[in-house]
Parts: sequence; C-alpha cells; structure tokens
Amino acid sequence: MIGWSFLAAVLGILCWLAVAYGLGRPPRHGRLLGWSAVGSLWAVTAVVLAIRFFLGMGAMSHMSDRFPWGVWIGLLQSGVALSGGGFVMAATVHIFHLKRFEPILRPVVLLAFLGYTFVALTLFIEVGRPWALWHPLAMWQHHSIMFEVAWCVTLYFTVLATEFSPVIFERLGLPKAVSFIHAVAIPVVIAGVILSTLHQSSMGSMFLIVPQKMHPLWYSTLLPVFFFMSSVGVGLCVTVIASFYSARVFGKTLDRWMLADLARAASVLLFLYAAVRVVDVTARGVWGRLGDPAWLGALFLLEVVGGALLPAVFLSRRSTLERPRRMVWWGLPAIGGVVLNRLSVSWFAMVPYTGSGYVPHWMEVAVSFTLFTVVVTVFGLAVRYLPVFPKESSVVS
Amino acid sequence: MAPGVSRRSFLKGAVGAAAAAALPKTFAHAEGRVSKGDVFSVLVDLSRCIGCRSCMRACQRANDLNAPQEWMDIDHLDRRLDLTYNQWTVVNREGIEPSILRHVKRQCMHCLEPACVSVCPVAALAQTEQGPVIYRESRCIGCRYCMVACPFEVPRFEWNNGLTPVIGKCQFCAQERLFKGLPPGCSEACPTGALKFGKRSDLLFEAKTRLGSHPEKYVDHIFGEEEIGGTSWLYISDVPFEKLGFKTNLPKRPLPSLTWDVVSWIPGIAAVLASLFGVLAYSFSRKPHVPPGGAKKEDA
Ligand code: SF4
Ligand code: SF4
Repeated sequence: MIGWSFLAAVLGILCWLAVAYGLGRPPRHGRLLGWSAVGSLWAVTAVVLAIRFFLGMGAMSHMSDRFPWGVWIGLLQSGVALSGGGFVMAATVHIFHLKRFEPILRPVVLLAFLGYTFVALTLFIEVGRPWALWHPLAMWQHHSIMFEVAWCVTLYFTVLATEFSPVIFERLGLPKAVSFIHAVAIPVVIAGVILSTLHQSSMGSMFLIVPQKMHPLWYSTLLPVFFFMSSVGVGLCVTVIASFYSARVFGKTLDRWMLADLARAASVLLFLYAAVRVVDVTARGVWGRLGDPAWLGALFLLEVVGGALLPAVFLSRRSTLERPRRMVWWGLPAIGGVVLNRLSVSWFAMVPYTGSGYVPHWMEVAVSFTLFTVVVTVFGLAVRYLPVFPKESSVVS
Repeated sequence: MAPGVSRRSFLKGAVGAAAAAALPKTFAHAEGRVSKGDVFSVLVDLSRCIGCRSCMRACQRANDLNAPQEWMDIDHLDRRLDLTYNQWTVVNREGIEPSILRHVKRQCMHCLEPACVSVCPVAALAQTEQGPVIYRESRCIGCRYCMVACPFEVPRFEWNNGLTPVIGKCQFCAQERLFKGLPPGCSEACPTGALKFGKRSDLLFEAKTRLGSHPEKYVDHIFGEEEIGGTSWLYISDVPFEKLGFKTNLPKRPLPSLTWDVVSWIPGIAAVLASLFGVLAYSFSRKPHVPPGGAKKEDA
C-alpha cells in the first residue's frame, strides 16, 4: 500500500510537470520538484534491485509458477515496438532516399537506441540468470524463436550504435570516422531493417506456442504479422510525438509538413493493421467470444477501435494534419493501443486459462518506471551535449 | 486468413517462390523430435493408485531433492501439493464427489515432441534419444519460456534465488537410473503396480489390453497416446479424465510445429528482404527523387 502510494505520487508529479512543460507553462520550482521525485524513485529502486538479486524474484514480484511471465515481458515488448521508429525512418531516408526526413533521423535513431537499452536492462533484471545472458550467442538452439530474437536484438543493437556513432564522432572531432560510417551506411541500414522486420514479428511468433492458453481474440497464426505492422505504425507515431516535444522542450524548430507526412503514413499503417485484426477475428469466427469474459472483450475493442482505428481515421484528416498538436493528440492513443496489445498478449489474454490472479507487485512497476525515467534522462542529456538535432531547420511552426 | 489457408501457404504467397527455392528441403522439414524409435515410458493406471505417495518420497531420494517432507504422509492427503522446482512429482486427491475420488500423480509428461525443448533458446532443456526430456542447469538463462510453453504447466522456477535459480522438473531419472538400466525411482517404489515402466509400444499394447478386457471398468481413452503428438507417460483411468483435472481439449498436433513453421522461413525471408532492399536502395539513389510534399517546402 505504501509502495503503491509512493509510486502514484511520483507518477502524478511527473505527469503534471510533463503536461505543464508540454503546454509551455513550466511551473516555478518545477525542475526541483521533478528531480526530487525521480531521485527518490531511483533510490527506492536501488533497494528493490538489491532485493531482486539477493533474495530472488519471488521476494519482489507477484510472478509465480502459475504465471511465470509478468508485466515486465509486456513492457519489454512495448519497448521493442515503440522503438520501431528507428528502422522505419532509417529505411525511409537511406533506402527510399526521402532525404527531407533526414533532420529527424538522428533523434529517432537515438530514441530507438535508448528504447533497446530499456529492453536490454529489463531483460537483465527479468531473466533468472542474467550473467548467462550471452549463452544464446554460443549455445545454439535454432528451433527457438527466443534464440532468433536474442540474435536479432543483439545485432540490431550494434546496428543502432553504428548508425548513431557519427554523432559521437562529430562531437569528438573525428571527421575520418564519420565519413567511414557514411560510406558503409547503406548496408548497415539494410541489415538493420531486416533484423528489425525479423525480430519485431518474432516478438509475436513467440506466443504461437500457446494456442490453448491465449484467448482466441488474440491468438492467431498471424501474430507475427500483427506485431510487425503495429510496430511500424506506432514507430511513426512515436517519431511525430518525439519530434514535436523535442522541438518544444529543447527550443528547436519544427517542420510541420514533415510531421504531417509522417502522420499520414502512420494513419495508413494503423488502418491496415486494424483492418487485418478485424478480418482475422472474422475469418476465425471468434466474435462470439467477445463477451467471454466481458472485460477481455472490452479490452479488445479498446485496443483495436480506440487504439488503432480511431487514431487512423483522425490522423488522415486535413484538420488534424494542419495542426501539430492534434497529430500528437491522436498519436498518443495509438501508442496506448500498442502497449495495451503487448500487455494483452502476454498477460490479460492468458488470465482466463491460467486462472491466476496475477497483478504486478508495486516493486515490479517501480523498476520499469525507473528504467523509463533513466531513458528519458539520457535522451535529454544527449540532446543537450551532442549534435543530435541539426543546427537550424527549414520551417518554423 | 481463411481457416483453410495454412500459414505456410500464406507465407509462401507473401515471400514468393524465391524464398522457397532458397530453402533446402531437409531444413524446412526438420521437426522438433530427437528421440528415435521406441522411447522409455511409464503407464499410470489411476484405478490402481491408493495415494500412498511412496513415489513422491522415492523421487526426493533418487534425485537428492530437499523439498519439505511434512506433507508427504497419508494423513495429509487432503492437503493439496503442487509441483515446485524441488518437488518434481506430486500425488493429489482429485474429483468432485466422494464416489469419484482418485489419486492422480503428476510429473513431466516427457512429450514426444516437447514444446519446452523447442522454445528453450540455449538447449538447456533437451530430449535424449531414448525419450526423456532433461534439464541442464549450466546452460539455462532463466528466461522461463519453457514454463510458458509447456501445455501441462510442468517446469517450475526457483523464485527465491537471486542469481542462480534453476528450472525444476522430472528428469525421468534419466542420468541417475534409466541409462544405468534401472527403472525410475517412482515406479520402482510403487507398491500397487499403478506405475509400470517399459517401452512405449509395449505399454500402449498393455494399456489397450487392459481397456479391452475390462471395458465396463475403464474409460476408453489412453491419455498421452495422441495428446499434442503423444507423450511418454501414458494414463488410463476408470473415471473420466476431465473430472480428474486432466486437460482434455489438447490438440493432437505437436506444438513445436506451430513455431517451427515460422522459424524455418526466416532465412528465406531475410534473403528476399536483403535483395529487395538492396535493389531499392540502389535504384532510388540513381534517380533524383521529387518528394510529394516538395511543393509545400517552397517557402523554406
Ligand atoms: S510435459 Fe512440459 S516439461 Fe514435460 S516434456 Fe512436455 S512440454 Fe516439456
Ligand atoms: S528458463 Fe532455462 S530451461 Fe527454460 S527455456 Fe529458458 S533457458 Fe531454457
């Protein structure tokens, strides 16, 4: 109880501050308040992690033999999906040669890199034997989707680091290194796009092994396709939102037509995704399971209609595309929809079968939230001290 | 996707014939099964089990486990036990009314095509050629995917160990006894003959004989004969299985094939994507591209 109240307080302060900054009205002492909230969260999490590594996961989570994968898996999967902007934008700029998107490539690649850092850190805490995490690289079992994910994510991490390295080299004043990276850019980007396509979809394939455990509204042989499509759609939304807020918070300029093009692309993807979900449920004839249980049916509708269809419709409208703030507003439910989807697949849709009343322990949530704030902080520092954003942009919004 | 269209044909359409050609036949058709020929097996006759839990004690001894022992006496039979990382088999009283109470032994079923083995990224869980599915602690990363994948929810995790937790599940006494020519500890300890150890084909024959000679007594089903592609442990019963907590809606199709259908296409998909993007990147870099939104950027 005390733990949950603590988390709610920290979350409340930060949300309120974020809204205030987003609206351009930073409160007095806001910075101090924000950092003390984040600081106390980090301190508490340090203790939580000590419990995790000395006493075991049973001491700080509600996972159990009945429910071996908890909320971390869903959040980790969301992290992978939300980082989808990295490969989408890299492909756009370097493979399709749409050079006008180049100004936002760096922040988006940085964001993806940090997203995968979040995933890696979560994994490090989530697996029972983190010191053995390198095993899949040496001990092969190529029948396993997890094996494939491990390889793809490791390699893609390297790709992202390479894609971002020119920023560091520029900062360090190493022009030779920069031009070397530029020379190998295209193959690196192609490798990255392939790796992403494979592991984004494999995150869904992982659940193909549990046909009897997952609720039929979610279990489909098309899970890999769904995961891939939604990661592209939501990756574009994250790109829109991140560009908007970075411009706001860091006082950079904003090319609103570029944002509009991204939002339009996102709307196409989200619409296709929602359509395929609907067709899939229809083809398998499981609409009848919508009310069984009702709360799961409601989640399904919320996810597909509220989290994909509605954003798709509104992101395609002129009135939205003309105002960056509206694009942001309709990007948020799309992000929520994908996060909800990942949580549903790995958690909610399994509840009826496993009959477990798993609800995460506040310590589980605190760890995830800490990792999130770490990622945001590092992003902020990088933007401040590295040439992540171009010096000047074309259009001022 | 229409129900009649399999994913394989769907993917075939999606990635094209090029991918199909890129895949060697043998690779695409490899299955999760390692065991060859007739595997070790145990036939459990639920009508013969008296719930003495001797098998549980024998299991603890044979595998040097150290689960708390106080619940293992007969007088504690109404106390439900659950599998744990250091308790690989349990016997519980199952059933809904006194007339159909039976004692049901649970342990790893040693599937012929084990889902746990197919998902384990490091082959910590592996199937031996004689059938038993064993666990090798030194490889395990503790990801718990095996627990998620197992249709019988058998593998258990050591939740109170921070850095070196293990997965615990019945090993069929493979290394300790079977490979030395001994029967598993539990079946050796069973005083009533409810557990019978042997080769799977012999035990299937035996089970069919028992069902055939006492059709009035037994339920006409051998649990494990066909469930998810068959298991090494076989059960027969005089009370319907669904009343005893068995999962009776399991598909006959082995689970590993579900993911293998996808995994086996990965090299092909990667090859197709690589050539596709290579060509695209090359051709776009040749032509000067006029962006559709270019007109709007005039005021730049
Ligand atoms: S019963 Fe479960 S743990 Fe045992 S072999 Fe089958 S899938 Fe693996
Ligand atoms: S927990 Fe261990 S045994 Fe189970 S799938 Fe993961 S690595 Fe394999």
